[in-house]
Amino acid sequence: MTGERLPPVQGEWIDRETPVCFSFEGKPFSGFSGDTVSSALWASGQKILGRSFKYHRPRGIFSLANHDINAMMQSGGVPNIRADITQIRNGMELFPVNTWGGLSRDRARILDHLSAFLPVGFYYKAFYGKRLFPYWERLFRAMTGLGRVDFSQPRQFTAKEHDFCSIAVVGAGPSGLSAALSAADLGADVVLVDENGHPGGSGHYQRGGDDSQWRTTEALWAKVLAHPRIRTRADTCAAGYYADHWIPLVSGQKMTKLRAGAVIFAMGAFEQPAVFRNNDLPGIMLASAAQRLIYRYAVRPMRNAVVLCGNSDGYRAALDLLAHGIRIAAILDFREADGSGSSRRVQDLGVPVHFGKCIYEAMPTADGKGVAGVRVARFQGGQALAGSGLEEISCDGVAVSVGWAPAANLLYQAGARMLFSTTLQQFVPGAFPQGIFACGRLNGVYGYGDRLQDGASAGQQAAAFLGYGECGPRPRFLEAAGPSHPWPVVPHPSGKNFVDLDEDLQLRDYANAIQEGFDSPELLKRYTTNGMGPSQGKHSSMNALRILAHYTGRAPGETGTTTARPFFHPVPLAILAGRGFHPERHTPMHEEHVALDAVWMRTGEWLRPEYYRSAGLDRAAAIQAEVRSVRQNVGLIDVGTLGKLEVSGPGAAEFLERIYLPRYANLKTGMTRYAVMCDEAGTVLDDGVVARLSGDLFYFTTTSSGAAGLYRELVRLNTLWQLDCTLANLTGAHAAVNLAGPKSREVLGLLADVDLAPASFPYLGVRQGRVAGIPARILRVGFVGEWGYEIHVPSSMGTALWKALLQAGRAFGIRAFGVEAQRILRLEKGHLIVGQDTDGLTTPFEAGLDWAVRMDKPFFVGKRSLQILSRTPPRQRLAGFVLESPLPGAIPEESCLVVQDGSIAGRITSIACSAACGAWVGMAMVDRELAAAGTAIRIRLASGALVRARITALPFYDPGQSRQKEVPCD
Amino acid sequence: MPWRLLRYAMNPAHPDGRMFSRPEKLRNRYDVVIIGGGGHGLAAAYYLAREHGIRNVCVLEKGYIGGGNTGRNTTIIRSNYITPEGVRFYDESVRLWQDLSEDFDLNLFYATRGHYTLAHSDSAMRTMRLRAEINKHYGIASEVVDREILRRELPMMDLSGGGHAPVLGALYHAPGAIARHDAVAWGYARGADRRGVEIHQQTEVLGLAVRSGKIHAVQTSRGTIETDSVLCAVAGATPRILAMLGLTSPVCVHPLQAMVSEPVKPWLDPIVVSGSLHVYVSQSARGELVLGASLDPYELHSTRSTLDFAEGLSAHILDLFPFLSQIRIVRQWAGMADMTPDFSPIMGKTPIGGFYLDAGWGTWGFKATPVAGKTMAHTIATGREHPLAAGFSLERFRNFALTGEKGAAAVGH
Repeated sequence: MTGERLPPVQGEWIDRETPVCFSFEGKPFSGFSGDTVSSALWASGQKILGRSFKYHRPRGIFSLANHDINAMMQSGGVPNIRADITQIRNGMELFPVNTWGGLSRDRARILDHLSAFLPVGFYYKAFYGKRLFPYWERLFRAMTGLGRVDFSQPRQFTAKEHDFCSIAVVGAGPSGLSAALSAADLGADVVLVDENGHPGGSGHYQRGGDDSQWRTTEALWAKVLAHPRIRTRADTCAAGYYADHWIPLVSGQKMTKLRAGAVIFAMGAFEQPAVFRNNDLPGIMLASAAQRLIYRYAVRPMRNAVVLCGNSDGYRAALDLLAHGIRIAAILDFREADGSGSSRRVQDLGVPVHFGKCIYEAMPTADGKGVAGVRVARFQGGQALAGSGLEEISCDGVAVSVGWAPAANLLYQAGARMLFSTTLQQFVPGAFPQGIFACGRLNGVYGYGDRLQDGASAGQQAAAFLGYGECGPRPRFLEAAGPSHPWPVVPHPSGKNFVDLDEDLQLRDYANAIQEGFDSPELLKRYTTNGMGPSQGKHSSMNALRILAHYTGRAPGETGTTTARPFFHPVPLAILAGRGFHPERHTPMHEEHVALDAVWMRTGEWLRPEYYRSAGLDRAAAIQAEVRSVRQNVGLIDVGTLGKLEVSGPGAAEFLERIYLPRYANLKTGMTRYAVMCDEAGTVLDDGVVARLSGDLFYFTTTSSGAAGLYRELVRLNTLWQLDCTLANLTGAHAAVNLAGPKSREVLGLLADVDLAPASFPYLGVRQGRVAGIPARILRVGFVGEWGYEIHVPSSMGTALWKALLQAGRAFGIRAFGVEAQRILRLEKGHLIVGQDTDGLTTPFEAGLDWAVRMDKPFFVGKRSLQILSRTPPRQRLAGFVLESPLPGAIPEESCLVVQDGSIAGRITSIACSAACGAWVGMAMVDRELAAAGTAIRIRLASGALVRARITALPFYDPGQSRQKEVPCD
Repeated sequence: MPWRLLRYAMNPAHPDGRMFSRPEKLRNRYDVVIIGGGGHGLAAAYYLAREHGIRNVCVLEKGYIGGGNTGRNTTIIRSNYITPEGVRFYDESVRLWQDLSEDFDLNLFYATRGHYTLAHSDSAMRTMRLRAEINKHYGIASEVVDREILRRELPMMDLSGGGHAPVLGALYHAPGAIARHDAVAWGYARGADRRGVEIHQQTEVLGLAVRSGKIHAVQTSRGTIETDSVLCAVAGATPRILAMLGLTSPVCVHPLQAMVSEPVKPWLDPIVVSGSLHVYVSQSARGELVLGASLDPYELHSTRSTLDFAEGLSAHILDLFPFLSQIRIVRQWAGMADMTPDFSPIMGKTPIGGFYLDAGWGTWGFKATPVAGKTMAHTIATGREHPLAAGFSLERFRNFALTGEKGAAAVGH
């Protein structure tokens, strides 16, 4: 350790009692608990922390404020660790992310010497030959990116919480603390957020060699902590602003979604760099970074400094350096004078101050890995007067203090308008949306005392907005001198004067991009990639605007700005994702299916038995056994996933008349009717069964997948229609089974207290009674083409019903059947499945549902469209087909095409092997001309081979419907 | 190092001039006025000048070129659609894309990566098979692949879909590609500019004048222009332009959001889409993961971001790629998508003579940029609909002759 650690500093964040050991590029390092990776390395004399994105130049500490993108680390499987803000932990094994062979011997550093060949947008200007592009692209992809993802990293599930407050204050610097206190004193409940683990913001580290402001800040913090109405959240980033004061607070491994009544933004300002040649050498840093090193981590930023000023803050920083034993070789000030007390004190201490001077270029050390000195030029009229014989000043570091840019990202997101203040030479809030306030440096107020006052006033204003107390106009503060220099930019013929350090963009890149026509802020950003790196322009957008304005002869305020979007600082996917929400629905009989060894199928959120495993049978045979059981004896299927709705009231019949195609006003009590509906375009949307339980009470079912959306749509429709009826969604409240097969009546007869005689309970009837003592609604319907009963009972009784039916059916060879068997059974009957045999454009005329469309009704959804559609014959029809024998080697799958004369003439929507028909049967949506029974069609397999089939009338099985209507005979 | 970069090192001054000029004044009259300086409008201008010799054209852009959906989309290019009309149209677009960089002398980073659309249900598998069969019929490389192939090609992917959305298979579309979106607008702008087209940025259209059923003039924030032909290519602003003419269309505007991660070293070559999980992802040439999902479920004319979008999308991307838990999202943004009921565009003539529409591009407009420009230029220059765009007329909504692309366009942009 070369020992850049200072003696204890008042208020330091490190715990000297707790050393921490870690490694960097395989070499052991140590620091103290509370150190960041950057501060610990710097304290140990390690000044190169990373290599830059494009030219692989060595980079050190620059901001220490979460935008040192060139100091990103990989630790094990975790990439892109930001060294400037990430605390060290014992055992960390850190490697810089963007080197080819280590920091010192990075082989890609040759790119730094090739920069003349790599002008702005160079990758647009070459490498595009069609033949060679893939080669170049591979090379680019090998060079690009930062850290490396590790496929073995586990999914992290993080917590989310919600919080609420009257006023959220973002930023616990002097103005934020003051705002929180004043608002809370007036009675508001306040949440105060700061991204750092310790409060105080710049009040902690910008001391000007004097601890009094820090002490005041600490006292404010103590008051905040003691205040009963202020909750503080440290180490927490307000990552974005969303509508209605909705702010995600990101901390460690958790996101808190905070809804506030009002928000005060007190996030301060980002210090901005000066642009001069080699302004990126390790050792050249923002003055605030030097101050952070000293006061937070007690690390000496440099030993022999040059301070480059464009404002008075630079002199305060110089005093901080001097107070900690750092020699200042010279202070160079872009301006001609500085009237501040700090400036006088610095001069009184004997530090040479050169006004009207700038750094023309920084001189690297012999190994190129540090700064050896600076060459000084006269700065006059916004220009550096370069020439031969420039004065050289030796130094090992430069602290740069030339200006600020408000940390206004969230203000922009909230919709505040920012105006350019020529006095301050930076953007300040112009107009605020309701409930949004700003204070402190973000609000253009820079003096320490002024910031406290501005914060207090913002707190009062926000409290008054919510009805706590009253508030007069906000005080105005006049800055003696602008805190930001209007043009801290020094051109150099050899370039390497960087504006954006994330992206390695030099001054000339901007000039050249503007020359190429990219002369508005957004175009300039997109062409140069300024601000598109991980720090999102925090240190580059302001200078880019100044440069754009300068080269286009405008004022910075006239160019406009780019848009700020979430996030303020990047947020890990795991934090945004939380635990995820994946509801999985089970029917009440789920455990019974488990016991029967069901193979599950996901249908939307539901889990349904696809089929039940059966000893000695493979999948196909097990399904065929289930089918056989229904056709020959009796089967039982859980249909509890069907949508189950009830509509009641004087307007109920009218409601159903409007939503479905058929008539229901004339449906007799105790009877059911098929139901099919369209959307307004006349597309088949859903189907089911409507049962009339009494004059004003209808019970109806929808498809499983359509249930949730349909209920929502029906509620919406009746909100418009205002019919006198009530809609209830009983989908989850009811269990339902279908008991089907020639012996179903005998099985049910053992359990039901309802007269099942065909004369009193005819086909399509509905009865209410008890089955095994359970109150039930029984619908005599025939989806699978056999005598059958759909039995609906309360969910809590579903399992009892299931068990009772299986028990009663045992003597009759009952078998549970799953979705696959049902699909075959219904296909044999030619019953379509909406969404499988129809698609998003299928009309009832195409689907063969013409008979259901009752144009004599005054209105139903889709009627107008169907009237128009009915004038022309449908382009295609749903038709049945049978594969011709001999059967081909491979059976066509659903979605295979029907081809005719080399053109697409349709597609298969369903296909299955029907034991009952002794053939492969299916349905296809085919061109109208092919839809007549007897037509030969050709189906193309995925392999390209053609298979012959013949269009056949539907249904394939029991066309006379005798099995579902007559008394079955054994 | 390609030779053409040498001149940048040899020249003391930057040797490149403006890609597109910034004309001082609007003229009183143009043969064609194009509203909207996005990819589509600029492409139409380019092909009008290049293919049809119509050069007295101006493009009016309210903001800056390529600043709308051209600069906001997630840059996926593919042709694995489900209707014959869509398949033929997008296939021609892919062909045009492949030559565009050389046509422009501008590297669009058109990178053929392959495109997987994951299926998590048997109904999704049926849709994938149908798309594959229709694509193959038109000679487009699409095929259904099973879990084994996915395990081999994307070994890092969690085929259980986070344990709740198992992947059953996928539609693989080898020509699937990504490109640098902004550069597309610049390339068309430069090509059009060199052929005499005027591009007027920061110029807003305030009104449209019609005389005896035909377009007559365009009122702008910088003066009035007389013209006989106007092309409206304004994506999410379509309803507002149509309202100036009293025209209606079935376009509904929904926000479409997206987000992007910090750069990481490239690990994902193909584009991966899951309709059921509402997620698609590709890795850009810069190493960023570009992530998108489905539309916001309500109409809104705004490009604001929402937190719930970022939350849902993040959860779903981790369902497929759990190891990305610590990867950070840098930025989220939104565009306004002009959705049509059948998920196909609206192109061609309108009831107003000389007023042409290039709209309804919803979430599928970027990939169509070249072919839309080319076919619209044809329609404007010849007065006849281009055969490739025949399925996309505004009239189809009246005639119930919809071109239903929902099965292929809904999430897989």
